[in-house]
Amino acid sequence: MHVSSRVARAFTRNPVAMLGLCLLGSMAFVAAAAPLVAPDSYDDQDARIRLKPPLWRSAEGRVYVLGTDPLGRDVWSRIAYGARVSVSVAGAGLLLGGGVGVGLGLLAGFGGRVADALVMRAADIQLAFPSLLLAIGFIAVLGANVATLLGVLALRSWAVHARTVRGSVLLVREQESVLAARALGAGPLRLAFREVLPNMLAPLVVVATAQLGALILLESTLSFLGLGIQPPRPSWGNMLSAGRPYITVAWWVTAMPGFAILAAVLGANLLGDGLRDALDPRLKI
Amino acid sequence: MSLTLPPGLRFLVGRLAQLVPTLVGVSLFAFVLIRLSGDPTGLLLAPDATEAERMAFRHAYGLDRPVAEQYLRYVSRLAQGDFGVSFFQGEPALRLVLERLPATLQLAGTAIVIVLVVGIPVGVLAAVRRGSVVDYVTLALVALGQSVATFWLGLMLIIVFAVGWRLVPPSGFGTTAQLVLPAITLAAYYLAVATRLTRSGMLEVLAQDYVRTARAKGISEALTVFRHALRNALIPLLTVLGLQIGELLAGSVVTETVFAWPGVGTLVLDSILRRDYPLVQAVIIVLAVIYTVVNLGVDLLYAWCDPRIRYR
Repeated sequence: MHVSSRVARAFTRNPVAMLGLCLLGSMAFVAAAAPLVAPDSYDDQDARIRLKPPLWRSAEGRVYVLGTDPLGRDVWSRIAYGARVSVSVAGAGLLLGGGVGVGLGLLAGFGGRVADALVMRAADIQLAFPSLLLAIGFIAVLGANVATLLGVLALRSWAVHARTVRGSVLLVREQESVLAARALGAGPLRLAFREVLPNMLAPLVVVATAQLGALILLESTLSFLGLGIQPPRPSWGNMLSAGRPYITVAWWVTAMPGFAILAAVLGANLLGDGLRDALDPRLKI
Repeated sequence: MSLTLPPGLRFLVGRLAQLVPTLVGVSLFAFVLIRLSGDPTGLLLAPDATEAERMAFRHAYGLDRPVAEQYLRYVSRLAQGDFGVSFFQGEPALRLVLERLPATLQLAGTAIVIVLVVGIPVGVLAAVRRGSVVDYVTLALVALGQSVATFWLGLMLIIVFAVGWRLVPPSGFGTTAQLVLPAITLAAYYLAVATRLTRSGMLEVLAQDYVRTARAKGISEALTVFRHALRNALIPLLTVLGLQIGELLAGSVVTETVFAWPGVGTLVLDSILRRDYPLVQAVIIVLAVIYTVVNLGVDLLYAWCDPRIRYR
């Protein structure tokens, strides 16, 4: 009990972690409450108000905080709905990749030498091959759709999770509580889920938080290249790409979604750093 | 036989021998990945092509042979320097890649120079002045650099420096002025990583006994930092940057797209989208060769930084 309260205090007293939590939390809030915080829907077009600058006031007195895009859509509304898509796609990719990674990591840790060698070599290859090229290659093979995108994000993140879990298994496996459970006749599945998994949550949370930032970046990069979320569905990456032809006359259409990406990724990275410091100062990733 | 070689040379030969399985693995991977993507016949021939024309096309490119045979033929041709002919441009794939390679190497090389020349001194400064304003500003910039989307950074640099202040051209290739923005864009993330690793490496090394000994000997602080500490602090930096070279080359896909840079990155994106198999394979293998050679160079640098490695 006092361990968790020490961790909580270390965490809440860490300004970096709190800043990260605020940034990521506000992005999650905008994503969840998009219909409430956005004045328009993401596809409400108005040809009379194309490319209006930030803080532009219409004749009816409405202020467009972040301006409008080439089709006369409210940029802020599109960023809010884009948060929905970008954060949920990255989150789902993380759950998928994390789930596969935890499963394979447990297999590597408990499954004997052959399983261990297979999983770890696969992870090495995965980490050695440039992830963006791999993602582009798979999308070229399978087509640019949401299922492929989730698969590619999961592929990007499973290996780090698998390595983390395997490392924790090797550390925890010989601890007395686990040896005692084994002596009492607990099978490998029971050992994995009842004894080992609770002990590896701390490093896993740290890795997953840092991976969330990487996945948001990968999703927005792929959507920017036209290989991820397809218009008219708004994602921060494809909004930015749509604004590109207009950067000489309307910088805000390109700039604003990028600030959203920066805030979300920075939030995830800072939160990951803060969690690492709070949970285990010696843990280095 | 190899036991008679001096340790340094044995190390070099051992590392060179490790290149072979890596390259075989990469060629197999490139082959399988691309073949999974389906038949290019439908893409390349007109929709009203007759079945006989389709058969003739498949036969001409060997697509009607068993897959294992296709792979063996492909590897034996690779060994002779024949990477096949681009489906779309009708020219040797290797020549097309090599034509684009100098532009990418110029961009990546400039980015790496920026990373090392800026990242190492700033990292050392932040570590030596730990807890100062300089250190905190550095840490903040590192956090931003690790979180920024490359393509967005590139577009922001264009908006500010090319469109706003008109200091440099917004895109294009050929002059030094046109190299500045793409090189900074490609370097940004790795610059942040290099600065952070130099800083943490220096902090660790500066706490070691031999640094205290050096200081106790009375030699100058600059000599202590640069002669005794820095060389050891650079080892983790070298490891990570060596591993990240592949990511840096792949990251040039994005930077080259943003700046219309005529390099391998835009070539590989176009050829993957067109399913131009021979060209994609040639790009992947050329990048893999560069990647392994760079990693070999990194290993040799290690041995220079830490002589114990040579004798392992």
